[in-house]
Amino acid sequence: MALKRKIAYIDLSSGKTKVKPIPIEIRKKFLGGRGLDAYLLYNHTKKGIDPLGPDNALLISGGLLTATCASATARTHIMAKSPLTGLLGSANMGGFFAPELAWAGFHHLVITGRAEKPVYIFIHDGEIEIRDAAAIWGMSTTEAQWAIRRELSDDEIKSLVIGQAGENLVRFANVMTGIKNSGGRSGMGCVMGSKNLKAVAVRGTGDIAIAHPMEALEYNKRFIDQITSSKVNQTQGTLGTPFIWGATNSWGGIRTRNFQYNQCEYADDIEPERIDEIATETIGPYHMTGCFGCQVHCRAQYKIPSGPYAGKYDEGPEYTSQGAFGGEPDCKSAVTVLTGNHLVDQYGVDNLEIGSIISWAMELYELGILTSEQTDGLDLRFGNDEALLEMVHRICNRKGWLGDTLADGGIPAAKKIGKKSFDYLIQVKGMSNLHSDERATPALALNIATASRGSDHLRSRPAIDLYHLPEKVLRKIYSSPVAYDGPLSSEHTSYVGKAWQVFWQENCYMAVDCLGICKYHTVFLGPTLPNFEDWPKVIYYNTGLEMSPTEIWEVAERCNMIERLFNLREGLIRTDLEKGDMLNHRYFDEPCRRGAPEVIGAKIDRDKFKQMIDEFYSHKGLDDKGLPRPETLTRLGLRDEPSQML
Amino acid sequence: MQTGNKVLRIDYEKCTGCRLCELVCSVRHDHVSNPERSRIRVIKWEAEGVYVPMTCQQCEDAPCVNACPAKALARNQELGRVEIDYDVCIGCRTCVSVCPFGAMNFIASDRRVTKCDLCDGDPQCVRFCEVEAIEFIPASEVGHDKRRKAARRLQQSEGKATALLADA
Repeated sequence: MALKRKIAYIDLSSGKTKVKPIPIEIRKKFLGGRGLDAYLLYNHTKKGIDPLGPDNALLISGGLLTATCASATARTHIMAKSPLTGLLGSANMGGFFAPELAWAGFHHLVITGRAEKPVYIFIHDGEIEIRDAAAIWGMSTTEAQWAIRRELSDDEIKSLVIGQAGENLVRFANVMTGIKNSGGRSGMGCVMGSKNLKAVAVRGTGDIAIAHPMEALEYNKRFIDQITSSKVNQTQGTLGTPFIWGATNSWGGIRTRNFQYNQCEYADDIEPERIDEIATETIGPYHMTGCFGCQVHCRAQYKIPSGPYAGKYDEGPEYTSQGAFGGEPDCKSAVTVLTGNHLVDQYGVDNLEIGSIISWAMELYELGILTSEQTDGLDLRFGNDEALLEMVHRICNRKGWLGDTLADGGIPAAKKIGKKSFDYLIQVKGMSNLHSDERATPALALNIATASRGSDHLRSRPAIDLYHLPEKVLRKIYSSPVAYDGPLSSEHTSYVGKAWQVFWQENCYMAVDCLGICKYHTVFLGPTLPNFEDWPKVIYYNTGLEMSPTEIWEVAERCNMIERLFNLREGLIRTDLEKGDMLNHRYFDEPCRRGAPEVIGAKIDRDKFKQMIDEFYSHKGLDDKGLPRPETLTRLGLRDEPSQML
Repeated sequence: MQTGNKVLRIDYEKCTGCRLCELVCSVRHDHVSNPERSRIRVIKWEAEGVYVPMTCQQCEDAPCVNACPAKALARNQELGRVEIDYDVCIGCRTCVSVCPFGAMNFIASDRRVTKCDLCDGDPQCVRFCEVEAIEFIPASEVGHDKRRKAARRLQQSEGKATALLADA
């Protein structure tokens, strides 16, 4: 039996650990990765706990396929109650950590309690040690990783770490591994900081059994050919995620000056081609790198070409950094984007959140809601690159009134700043929106409004909606593995059938998050990439588990529902602007001012938006308040949750 | 298939550091996923972004063959590789000590040495390396390609030098 996987429980308060196998019946219900983490979180936390207290559970895991002979399955998932939103916290990252954790003997970690002083956990070939972290506390994310390797005399150790932002309890601090792989969203690094946990270091030399090794090898080759023949992935492998920027900005889907515009003008210096040029100049023609076992190699390597950080090496920038340090603050310099990207990697903070929150503060400053007294004299205007980067330092170090205020996240900051500041905060459930502007794309608006970890593009976004694919193609994708004969529209400005697309994507993304597969290897940016129909064989050859496409779909529905149950338990209310499936009023009230002809003037229609949510709830088996219907819980086998089986 | 005249050529500049070669090598040979067992390892300096795949060079005058006290290592001309006869190997790890590339791998859990066998003529590391950082090519082509690339570099740098002179 290939599936002999284990889960380790580590209590930092007592220093005690225990190990349990993961029973096959739990596997069949939740598969692994994010889905099983959601089960564990719902079972190991009580309603209303303080996210920064010892009662919060921090879950770290690999997917069902992680460390098997299936490419691009290296995703690490991290989950806890979020200190940013008070709801579900969840982050997912690539790199080399999760497979190493698997070879070290574990697929899931449940970390509870709080250490008295800074510690790190070292897991090696089934052994779990809690070690003193006094010497590495205060270090940046990369310094800490290299220091752990030196201390333990092993260059192959992979660590998941926090930087100074996590130590300083910045509510959107992330966890990092390697140079730039980031478990970015919802403040998981802040939870680690609250537990006095600087790092989890792993090193494994054990075997991961493959149920049918030669078949798995051959099938993987087929998979890779499917992945690498996709034009989207070829572009991704050349320009990285910045390629999305060029396309999106051209039609008017990039929010600029916080939310004043939907297109960043005269921004040639941060176009993907320019970023690529810098990578080529500073590294060479072969400057792309990737995660474990992945052929897409979507990250560039670069050195900052000039400025105070000239010569510093880093990876990226991602599309997100172009928005965070380019479009949103209306700074249009490649050096600023590359420097901002480097700073967040070193501090260990979510680039998306910090960029969004600083540009919000810039708008407040220009409106006079924030005074120069509150900014300690910093001229926080849009387009002020120096002020933007200075705010990154201040927030991560909680320096000055504004740095400390913004470090608590948007909603608490808005309460402290007062006046009408909340009206300008572009967030859902307390988490900032990506720099994409969804006013002309109802499907994408529905996605961010309903995503389980707060505003997010990686939970249910039907990104291919922007391609205007023929209805026949859409139907082929969206009517499998479960039948759908409702309407579908190729038009991205339409509201028709979008609720189903978001529902389908929500299940698709949950499935890949359970399996540990990267989203660039499924129907996210490329319509021809593998999905439900392709996974049963990968699962069977690698693990021996027999799952049909519809069974995988059901697991995904179940896992999404348990995340919903967690959020409802912690206070999600449908129309609540702070904790609900709701968008900032500007989506409904302020029309797009730039972009393609059909985009100018676009905004979200309140009634149609409400109708879309109704439809989405009905697909999910929720009532009109967003609560699960009893028959839905019965169908998904969730009536007895929390069932305390693990 | 006659592969005796083919060799692995590694261009480390092209390597993205993904280590898929290690994974498929361990699956192909040991039927498990475990890079520790892989006959090819990607050595990394992450802080500089440098990744160098290291494996057996199948040396013509191989130190491992010469040093083996049990004469367990020998060259297989037909497959163009150096191979271990496990019936003769005494597990002394002398080959590990003398290999200049660190390509002889002692598997602690199995208590035995392993090395690259070129997958009997169809190296899986090559088959799976999409960026072609590892290729399996006729030995006669190794130098030729290298020469051509070097010539281009030389020509381009001379072009730059001329431009600099013109500017001055």
